[in-house]
Amino acid sequence: MNARLLPYMLILPVTLFLCLFFLYPFVLVAKQAFTTGAGFTLDNFREVVSYWKFPISLKNTLLLAAAVVPIQLALSLLMATMVTRMEKGRDLVLYVWTIPLGISDLAAGLIWLAIFEQSGFLNSMMHGMGIVDKPANLLTFQNPGLVFVAIALAEIWRATAIMLVILVAGIGLIPKEYYEAAEVFGASPWKRFVRITLPMLRPSLQTALVLRVIMAFEVFAVVAALGGTLFPVLMGETYAYQFDLLNSGAAAAMALVILAISIAATLVILRALRVPKGATI
Amino acid sequence: MSLHFKLAGAVSGIALALSAGVAQAEILFWSTQAKPVEEAQAMREQVLAGFEDAVDYQPNDAGPWLTRLSAEIQSGTGTIGLLGALHGDFSAMDPGTLVDLGDTGTMSASDTFNSLAKLGTDSMQYMPWMQASYIMAANREALQYLPEGADIDALTYDQLIAWTANVHAAEGEPKFGFPAGPKGLKHRFFQGYLYPSYTDGVVRTFASDKAVTAWEKFKELWAHTNPGSTNFSFMQEQLLSGDAWIVFDHTSRLANAFNERPDDFVAFPAPAGPEGRGFMPVLAGIAIPETAPDKDTAKALIDYLMQPETQIATLKATNFFPVVDVDLPDDLPPSVKAAGDAVAKMSGSADANPGLLPAGLGDKGGDFNRVFVDSFERIVLAGQPIEAVLQDQKGRLEAIMNETGAPCWAPDAPSDGACPVE
Amino acid sequence: MTDATVAEAPAAPSTRSAGRFLYISGVVLLCAWVLVPIYFLLVNTLSSPDTVNSFPKPLFPEFDFGSLAFFAQFAGMLTALKNSVLTAGMTMIMSILIGAPAGYALSRFDFRGKELFRLLILLTRAFPLPLLALPLAVMFIQTGLDDTTFGLALVHTTLAIPFAVLITFSLFSGIPLELEEAAWTLGCTRLTAFTKVVLPLILPGITASAIFAFVISWNEVFAAAVLTIENRTLTAFLLQNLDTSPLHLKFAGGFILVVPALIFIFAVRKYLFAMWGIANR
Repeated sequence: MNARLLPYMLILPVTLFLCLFFLYPFVLVAKQAFTTGAGFTLDNFREVVSYWKFPISLKNTLLLAAAVVPIQLALSLLMATMVTRMEKGRDLVLYVWTIPLGISDLAAGLIWLAIFEQSGFLNSMMHGMGIVDKPANLLTFQNPGLVFVAIALAEIWRATAIMLVILVAGIGLIPKEYYEAAEVFGASPWKRFVRITLPMLRPSLQTALVLRVIMAFEVFAVVAALGGTLFPVLMGETYAYQFDLLNSGAAAAMALVILAISIAATLVILRALRVPKGATI
Repeated sequence: MSLHFKLAGAVSGIALALSAGVAQAEILFWSTQAKPVEEAQAMREQVLAGFEDAVDYQPNDAGPWLTRLSAEIQSGTGTIGLLGALHGDFSAMDPGTLVDLGDTGTMSASDTFNSLAKLGTDSMQYMPWMQASYIMAANREALQYLPEGADIDALTYDQLIAWTANVHAAEGEPKFGFPAGPKGLKHRFFQGYLYPSYTDGVVRTFASDKAVTAWEKFKELWAHTNPGSTNFSFMQEQLLSGDAWIVFDHTSRLANAFNERPDDFVAFPAPAGPEGRGFMPVLAGIAIPETAPDKDTAKALIDYLMQPETQIATLKATNFFPVVDVDLPDDLPPSVKAAGDAVAKMSGSADANPGLLPAGLGDKGGDFNRVFVDSFERIVLAGQPIEAVLQDQKGRLEAIMNETGAPCWAPDAPSDGACPVE
Repeated sequence: MTDATVAEAPAAPSTRSAGRFLYISGVVLLCAWVLVPIYFLLVNTLSSPDTVNSFPKPLFPEFDFGSLAFFAQFAGMLTALKNSVLTAGMTMIMSILIGAPAGYALSRFDFRGKELFRLLILLTRAFPLPLLALPLAVMFIQTGLDDTTFGLALVHTTLAIPFAVLITFSLFSGIPLELEEAAWTLGCTRLTAFTKVVLPLILPGITASAIFAFVISWNEVFAAAVLTIENRTLTAFLLQNLDTSPLHLKFAGGFILVVPALIFIFAVRKYLFAMWGIANR
């Protein structure tokens, strides 16, 4: 087969598929963002950006992503390293760690609300240990910091496994000889991690980060469950435009704003973790 | 692990026994009401099972409900036979997409509802189906703190504030519960209760001095409100858990509390302000989209749903009250009795100041609600000055009224043309 | 990252056992972090309505099966379960069949439009599906794909493709090109080199993609609620009505939704590890 045509043959099915089931509806929706009845306009963008909650929800979304993603990256790297060097019970531990994958964000919100609400498990335990005599109200407008921490914890719990699975699959491909050689030369575990694992894992790191960051900008269900009305995020505002205000133009504009942020973040990650064409030995 | 298997066994065993085949030629009843799993189940088993044809009752969130409906309308072919939704959902729709129900032969007993159902057109756009309202409920433990001389069935807002303050002081924590969560119906409290009670209006009086007083009073009440209220959307949960002792909410969102522990809670009318005891109804309707595959069966189903017996069955299933004249039986669930009594006392009170549902807003109903929700979030949660916020929000309200041209509705005085914000 | 957890450095025995201790307690701690919230869900599922609403909450289930029994007699559960499994299965197969070749192309070839293609893949993930649902539903109604599990699987595949493409891409990138070239010189064609040498190596990546595809499809509510009527999936059937339901049913319903996904991950977990590392070639 012609080697110049081969890559195009390989990407053809995906491209056709996505054109039909993503690009076509996407173009229709995106068009709405630039129209309000007649002709091209940026009114929808003006409207959503000038709404008083927009800066707040933008800040909240970015802040949450900035707090959650690095922790998840570190945590998933730690877990991936731990699990690959395990001799016994590796399957089981990995299984346990990937359990949150199977839990939808709606269900995760439910679970974590049961922990943090006033008569929830956290208060029950603190009560049982005698730390508090009355259930303390944790998720309130008076302690926004705590609301943020609760949301961040729930997100870390729910979505670290996504990165973990990608990294575990990638780490398995790193030749063991590298580690053996490094050990012979007396490299410390930390050095081996920094000099071998991290560089060799770059493709997987890139993928895990990109996917996770994009999803972080779309965070909604867990935030709504724990933050209630206190922690507006971009996606929540998008849904409010679409389904409460029935303003699909504004909703589409919001979604495009999120899309723009996602693309910008993705480009940065792709630049920072450039992957060479196939690994070289 | 064995626990898992026991559970899985229990579930799949019984599920197997019930895996009835999918019936053919069903009529699809696409609804935003009776969503909770047991209500949906009761709708299927107690209400719709008696209809001559099979009915596929599918309750949905507003998002999927609307998206599916819009898609069917856009493509011109549909599977939805009957729509069930709130007045506001229908008024957001293009009237041309709904079948005129004027010749159905049935109608609600309320002329007000029947004219609301025309949505400003000449034809019957939907059939009023069932009604509810918002009331107050309290844990019996809270009753001992009622202020001196206060009658729980004729409370004023000042007495309510004093009461919640007493509870706060005695229990050491605020125990008033307010549905200010993302899915809570807080805007209805402002539109139908606080504003009418303090300003005798909603739109005209939005930024009046009386409105400023109303918000000041609400802030006083908020001081004794469980600060977790911003997560509360269904006050039955907080009543049952004890996180809140005195609450305001939709009758059907309180029902579980009364049904699970009927002896622990009381229901009572909403409080009164200087301009009377403001309250508003909730009206759900049923309608047939133009794309319905079998309009005759759908009309027959409407006819069936409007029968007094069906309406009583619906009441038991959903805690929504009939819109036709019926004699209520004695075997009603505790939630229905409690709510029914409270609503009757509320509407029968000497100082009753009933409001109507917003009408003529078309698809701007959500924007209208947002004006009130934003005022709440800015005044109460963000602590911004009341006057400034109201002046700011007034601009948005005016824009909505002018754009839709909606005339005033009770308790606002009637207007020629769009209802003015004074 | 603490290097202490990357233990077993050839050091003094005391530091070594201390490292070992840290390592094990780290694993245990992380397992607890994942399991405890799930355990709370289980406790609430197996509690009577009164207990679910009580304070303080018990830390042990009382084995009240009332809430689960309610769902057992909930009409249509089994059909919905079947639809969910069917949809998730089709999503899994389609996303890998379509996605993996593109992942290979991305890692092995430089071709014009590569960046654009990569961006298209990511865009898919960065735009909220609920906004796309309307044009998709119109299209499906017009083409007869409406209300079929296959149609829904097509939409879910769109959601899963970015995972399939990017994960396989990152794993292919981790496999040295020289390895394939060696196979070619040994008489393999491009295809046989791929199937005999490369494919076994990326089995973990395929597995990870499969898990994601399954879980994404399993937990997706919105498109399922809009695009299926008679053939509802379990999530559309249950989850969207849970938030308005009484607390004890919320938890039981959430639990029922979680279990099948966990069983699936359990079944495929071991393929997440490279069966044989490159090291052993």
